[in-house]
Amino acid sequence: MLYVNLFILSFLFTILIIPFLSSKWKGFVAIISVISFAVLSSIPAINALLGNSTNLLISGSQVTGEIPIKIDPLSAWFILTINFTFITGVIYGSKYMQAYSEQKDKLSLHWISYVFAHAGILAVCSVQNILIFMIVWEIMTVSAFLLVIFEGQKVATIRAGLSYLIQSHIVVLLLGLAFIWVNIKTGSYNFEALSWFAETEKPLYSFLLMLILFVGFGIKAGFVPLHTWLPYAHPAAPSHVSGVMSGVLIKTGIYGIIRMLVLLNTNYLAIGYFILTISVITGVYGVMLAIVQHNLKKLLAYHSIENIGIIGIGIGIGCIGIGYENTMLSVLGFSGALLHVLNHSLFKSLLFYGAGNIYQSAHSMNIEHFGGLIKRMPHTAFLFLIAALAICGLPPFNGFISEFIIYSGLFKGLNIVGFPYILLLVYALFGLALIGGLAILCFTKAFGTIFLGSPRFEYNLNATESHWLKLFPMYLIVLFIVIIGIFPSLFIRLLSLPIEQITGYNPLSQFTNETNLIQNMEWIGYSSLSFIGLSILIYFIRKNIVSKKEAVINSTWGCGYVAPNIKMQYTASSFVRAYRKIAEPILSIKKHKVEIHNIFPEKASHETHAEDKIEETLIDLPIRQLRQFLNYFQFLQNGKLQNYILYGMLFIGLLTGVPLFIHLCELFVNFLNKL
Amino acid sequence: MLSFILIILVSFVFTGIVIRTKSLASGRKGPGIFQPMKDIYRLFKKGAVYSDTTSIIFQIAPTIYFASIIMAILVLPFGHSKGVISFSYDFVFFAYVLAMGKFFNIISALDTGSSFEGMGASREALFSMLAEPAFFILMGSLALLTGYSSFQEIFMTFHFGSYTSYAIGALATFVLILICMVENSRMPIDDPKTHLELTMIHEVMILDNSGFDLGLILHGTNMKFALYGALIANLFMGNLPLYYSIPLFIFIQSIFAIVVGLLESFTARFRMSHNAQFILVLSSVSLLVFFSVLMVMGKFN
Repeated sequence: MLYVNLFILSFLFTILIIPFLSSKWKGFVAIISVISFAVLSSIPAINALLGNSTNLLISGSQVTGEIPIKIDPLSAWFILTINFTFITGVIYGSKYMQAYSEQKDKLSLHWISYVFAHAGILAVCSVQNILIFMIVWEIMTVSAFLLVIFEGQKVATIRAGLSYLIQSHIVVLLLGLAFIWVNIKTGSYNFEALSWFAETEKPLYSFLLMLILFVGFGIKAGFVPLHTWLPYAHPAAPSHVSGVMSGVLIKTGIYGIIRMLVLLNTNYLAIGYFILTISVITGVYGVMLAIVQHNLKKLLAYHSIENIGIIGIGIGIGCIGIGYENTMLSVLGFSGALLHVLNHSLFKSLLFYGAGNIYQSAHSMNIEHFGGLIKRMPHTAFLFLIAALAICGLPPFNGFISEFIIYSGLFKGLNIVGFPYILLLVYALFGLALIGGLAILCFTKAFGTIFLGSPRFEYNLNATESHWLKLFPMYLIVLFIVIIGIFPSLFIRLLSLPIEQITGYNPLSQFTNETNLIQNMEWIGYSSLSFIGLSILIYFIRKNIVSKKEAVINSTWGCGYVAPNIKMQYTASSFVRAYRKIAEPILSIKKHKVEIHNIFPEKASHETHAEDKIEETLIDLPIRQLRQFLNYFQFLQNGKLQNYILYGMLFIGLLTGVPLFIHLCELFVNFLNKL
Repeated sequence: MLSFILIILVSFVFTGIVIRTKSLASGRKGPGIFQPMKDIYRLFKKGAVYSDTTSIIFQIAPTIYFASIIMAILVLPFGHSKGVISFSYDFVFFAYVLAMGKFFNIISALDTGSSFEGMGASREALFSMLAEPAFFILMGSLALLTGYSSFQEIFMTFHFGSYTSYAIGALATFVLILICMVENSRMPIDDPKTHLELTMIHEVMILDNSGFDLGLILHGTNMKFALYGALIANLFMGNLPLYYSIPLFIFIQSIFAIVVGLLESFTARFRMSHNAQFILVLSSVSLLVFFSVLMVMGKFN
């Protein structure tokens, strides 16, 4: 109880004090309050992970009933992930936003929204009352919207924000629908009502309920084809907001899905296959589109979709495991998914902060414009490289650990699942391997063209390294990325209670020597460590030998051509051209070409724009048709005030008239009956 | 440990045999089989030229590439003796650690800011990414067939089944040979001896490397060949006693080297734009392996 009160007190204190401070102090107060939130929520969370869950009961009001606040291991895992990213985000952001220190009012709104978002997201993970859940969910959504539209004077930004706001409210609509259904059937607003619903209603109904909830939370998480808000919102927001949104905000969707899976005892096999299929499509589609993007932040946004796909594959396998009552499979699936939630929040926020550094020193997000930044921004380049390796799932970094667990789940599943569905697993395997390969293509492109080679545009020349306050949180993240990569068993141990809560089995105690997850993780840790050691060893041997030899510095070998210039470098587009040619039937790429025709060449150009085919067919097309249809009623919107008043009158008339008419009819029928 | 030593030993002569086969097939006498190693040794002793565009990435990339291959070799078993590193699903680590080396190879090519090397890097990134699923599906099928999960257990129990497992082994060998050709950028994907940079993949990526670094990369390729040769040999060795398996291993490796040499002598390189389709075909052959495993296990009903 003390924690909740302290939490609310510090929250109120922060939002009251921020508007009255100078620009510099606003960020500082935000840091203090985010850290205090984090401490207040992390203490019970750590306790929960160690085995002492917190259960509180707030009396609430007549409408809501009692409000249970529960920090169980599952919430705890998400709360800790969220806290870490929010802390790094606020430290990074406080420096990042100094570039906008003249816009005092907007900064107040920004930092208050940030604090609101943190409070809301923590509440989402701990509140167990449906009504209150919807309210805090809404707080989180709206504050995230305010964070996104910081640069609202740009049309693209406000559009992205609105798209996010609208789609988020479709989530609210779907969740509302599902929860109202539960409430009607059980009469309770407690989360437990979902379990009662599953016990009393037909299995088909609870399956249907789960599907509605999945679609609802799936929009938030960004599963294809429900992802269309994501690639617009992330690039529009300031970098630390993108990092936090992509790192943890979309994970609330994952939290929701897992929480509902725990509560709602449904046909796990069917839902598992469903989630697996959607997730493979999500993962492959996300990375396929990521490769052809020119905007760095949009590229990263599509990678978020890909990673949600990977997490989803884990959840899918876990559900199949529960369905088959195979402990090993469910443990592998869910531990892979949960660990990937943490891992993705780390490297994705790091990548977005890196993008922020680049944006603030080179003032562009177009990958084609950069080149050679590693010489001007060595720290950012190093950090970006680590994050890129981690997101590709390469050892010895953290991404490999979770992908490895999910892989082992898939391989394990092959032995368990029966015939027709085994094909699904093989396609998932195919998909996951392809995702890995495509991610490498994507990040060699991104890192290679941004940081390596020579600057492709002149304004890169005065790019400088960022302030240490921006680099510090980034190094903090790298520390965790490496620790997870080298000591994965530590984190699997921390995951044991959340896994037990979901699957009913503790991965630490239940395993025979068949496939011991912990032992495996220790092996991977040793291997990663020896890989690092070996690389360093070979490097020193090399250094020793090379230092004795003469080294000549010369220009790049141009295969006999002696005057190569910067414009002849390979660009990002040309790097992925071969891929684009293959993927063209699936993607929708718009090209604009002005070719050289005459003997005296005029200006030639070639542009490609990668559009989202699913968005075009599933969102844009129906909306266009709807608008066409609604055009028939345009005569109603004629700008005459009298007519509008008339519509109002007619509406009121109908509203009162129709029931009256029905009542009269009833009277008449009764009268006839009496006759 | 045994596998590690043997693979390293084989890697010293592997390319030599390939080159010898090629020269014999084209009617020349050709260099001795230790010539590639002598070349590499010479490179190790040489100084280097670095491009002024390059950064630290260019310096560390060959090292990491080389280290990644050694790590991959450490995972491989030899018959029934485990590799130095062995755990369940170690083949995932195997594939990903090789990918790590490749990542650095690609960005080091981009580091030079050259148009030629970018071209090679682009191709290498695309082709090896397309080959990845084939390997995973293949290993998945073998894991399903044997019911085990690490390289050593899978290979040891692989041919305890029926004779059909040899048929599967043959298909698997086919897939592995072609994956090896893709990974090492050899015929029919890439022609290392072509005269034009525009048509190369791997060779054009390392245009700017020289001296010690180039030696590391070249010997890395040798080791990669021996690595895949060892994978193929493992398919057939099972748990034979050492006095059979070591000669068998060396025999299979030499056959593999000769096959590579013959392939390079008698096939033409594909058109670059058709490579991608060809590599995707590999995945379908892996799927074929998978279906035959399903058939053997009677999972179709």
